Amino acid sequence: MQSDHTAYKRIKDISRDEFILPGTTVCAGCGGLEALRLAHKVLGNNVVFVNAAGCFTLLALFPYSPFKGSWLYTNMASAPAGAQGIRDALDILIEKKRLRPEEDLKVIVLAGDGSTYDMALSATSGAIYRNLDFYYFCYDNEAYGNTGMQMSSASPLGAKTTTSIPDEQSPMGTKFHKKDIFEIWRAHKPPYIATISPRHPVDLSEKFRRSMQFKGPKLFIALSPCPTGWLYDPSHSAKIARLAVETGIWALKEAVFGETIHTYIPSKLKPVEEYLSVQGRFSHLFVPVRQDETIKKIQDEINYYWNHTEIQK
Amino acid sequence: MARELLTGNAAAAWGVRLADVDYVPAFPITPQTEIIETLSGWYSDGTMKGKFVTMDSEHSMLTAAGAASATGARVFTATSSQGLLYAFEVLYSVAGWRVPLVMVNVSRALSSPITLEPDHNDILSARDCGFLQIHTETCQEVLDSVIMSYKLAEDRRVLLPVLVNLDGYYLSFTREPVEIPDADKVKDFLPQYKPDHASFHASGPMAQGLAVLGGYIYSYFKYQMHLASLNALSVHEEIAEEFYNLFGRKYGVVEEYKLDDAEYVLIMSNTFATKGKAAVEKFREIGCKVGLLRLRVVRPLPTKKIQDILKNRKGTAVIDQNISIGYGGIFYSEIAALMCNEANKPVILSFICGLGGKDISMKEFQKILDDTINASLTGNIPGTQLLYTDVEWAKMKHLLDVAGKPVI
Ligand SMILES: Cc1ncc(C[n+]2csc(CCOP(=O)(O)OP(=O)(O)O)c2C)c(N)n1
Ligand code: SF4
Repeated sequence: MQSDHTAYKRIKDISRDEFILPGTTVCAGCGGLEALRLAHKVLGNNVVFVNAAGCFTLLALFPYSPFKGSWLYTNMASAPAGAQGIRDALDILIEKKRLRPEEDLKVIVLAGDGSTYDMALSATSGAIYRNLDFYYFCYDNEAYGNTGMQMSSASPLGAKTTTSIPDEQSPMGTKFHKKDIFEIWRAHKPPYIATISPRHPVDLSEKFRRSMQFKGPKLFIALSPCPTGWLYDPSHSAKIARLAVETGIWALKEAVFGETIHTYIPSKLKPVEEYLSVQGRFSHLFVPVRQDETIKKIQDEINYYWNHTEIQK
Repeated sequence: MARELLTGNAAAAWGVRLADVDYVPAFPITPQTEIIETLSGWYSDGTMKGKFVTMDSEHSMLTAAGAASATGARVFTATSSQGLLYAFEVLYSVAGWRVPLVMVNVSRALSSPITLEPDHNDILSARDCGFLQIHTETCQEVLDSVIMSYKLAEDRRVLLPVLVNLDGYYLSFTREPVEIPDADKVKDFLPQYKPDHASFHASGPMAQGLAVLGGYIYSYFKYQMHLASLNALSVHEEIAEEFYNLFGRKYGVVEEYKLDDAEYVLIMSNTFATKGKAAVEKFREIGCKVGLLRLRVVRPLPTKKIQDILKNRKGTAVIDQNISIGYGGIFYSEIAALMCNEANKPVILSFICGLGGKDISMKEFQKILDDTINASLTGNIPGTQLLYTDVEWAKMKHLLDVAGKPVI
């Protein structure tokens, strides 16, 4: 069943139907799955997921799948191209009257940040360039999760990953800055891009709803708190997702044909320390010696963003 | 039916057009480009109905092709050389999806050093992925094989994608008179694709390519692919018979040329087999009983058929246009392996020629025959030999000299 809301204003506007059945193979407290669960409520049943290698690949594990819709596992670098093939084939078959229009599907790429920011960037750029009519759902856990939390180009400055372990050379852990995939996508001027968070379900639902009016690429980046890789107790996922938004490290925004607006502006930014200090992946910034310089660098970046971006609501 | 002068590339495009293909995702690479340019033109002027789309790489191109095929469209794509290798992981994915895609590979040697000229290391690197392989000798065979490949791939007993191979330059750009079959007749032979095993649509959710954990599950699926591939041999025979009845041209899984009384057999593939046949004629003129076995369906390899042909012969020379670095000829190793348990087997010699487009001369064929006869008489079987003429060696020495490199 598809939710028929004209707009999402309150939590109770969100459908109570579940589109992902319980008992999946992902970790307890996975923020990415929660974001997908919410998104699916808006997208409805008639979907085909085109998946790139990552944690969520194991959601469909022979002979089981938690989805009522369809699924194609492609490769780590080419899920958007798989979406192209399916979308084109559906269009052709409907046009040639070999498929009834009611049989049409929404085509949704489902990929982690490693695939999204690194390996499949060329395939994604190509799909946006061709104005492919599809949804792209990136669950961003800020590392290569499925292979054991190695650094990806979405890993934030100062995070510990298994390939950016804090040491004498680089005590802050990850020394690179997270790629700004939103801006990379925005430069392509697709009809719709948004950042989302599993702890802002109304905002998330409303964005998916709004995106549906556009034919063309509809791209979503879900910040996906990951107990396994971010090293915290699974019960804290919701709190951490909220802190990411309240500290301003994860800005909730959308861009329609390249014009950005922020859909939520924290009235006063909480210090980023509150977000960092509750995750094991940043613990080296606090003990045994506090790395004030790195913490300040992270805070300065956030401040710079909120002070220097033209923030429109 | 019309008769036209077509290049191998144009013949491939005609095969696609007559097969009424719905969808072609493409990426350019020399010497394949003429195929996709031709198809692009036909889709844009309305000659062909469906869609041609330019992709960002062969990796993407093959993913799109496989996914469209899994959705239920009839799909074609083409590549060559580095492009085939760039798509390599996707070859395995698509074959595992069990979708009836047809792809042409126009053979070109692999980097490094980079070259544009042909040999078969590109296509043979894809031997084990699950795509069936058909290697062609003439422009006519290219056209016919593309049409036949859809019928083969879409057969319920097979359901595996097919790679149709043709030599770059030697065939891609050579014009030959080609019979273009009537579209209606082709429709009788190859009706519209109606997928009943894999198609994405709302009323029948399907999970495709999903993860398996447990080697016994993985082994099951891989073995199913293997069995289906073996089925392709008898299905090919049926299809070839039907094709012959409709169009008058017959294709076997291998081609047997003057083999009836042959004591010595040359084994070759693709366009160089034409040169091989000319050599056979010359040897026959001087009373030497030589024949040629051309490998056409290379995956599945018709092992029983080849065993039957080769046993009781005196000598066989396998002429490879490829090199497995650190081993030698790839076809040689396969032929030697399939004969290893045969009782009356010939001596089997290995020659490599045609790497990176290097030609093969009558003088070299003479050496091949002399060595093979000698080995069958003496039992002294030489190791793999790379054919190289004195003239070529003299020229190479000169080039090394110009490059300021020591000659070794
Ligand atoms: C071509 C290729 N290289 C490497 C891998 C191994 N691999 C599987 S999942 C994965 C991590 C993917 O990371 P990301 O996209 O961030 O998704 P996550 O695992 O975090 O869900 C990697 C590297 C692969 N499947 N394919
Ligand atoms: S590792 Fe992280 S992102 Fe992956 S399933 Fe577990 S919680 Fe989710």
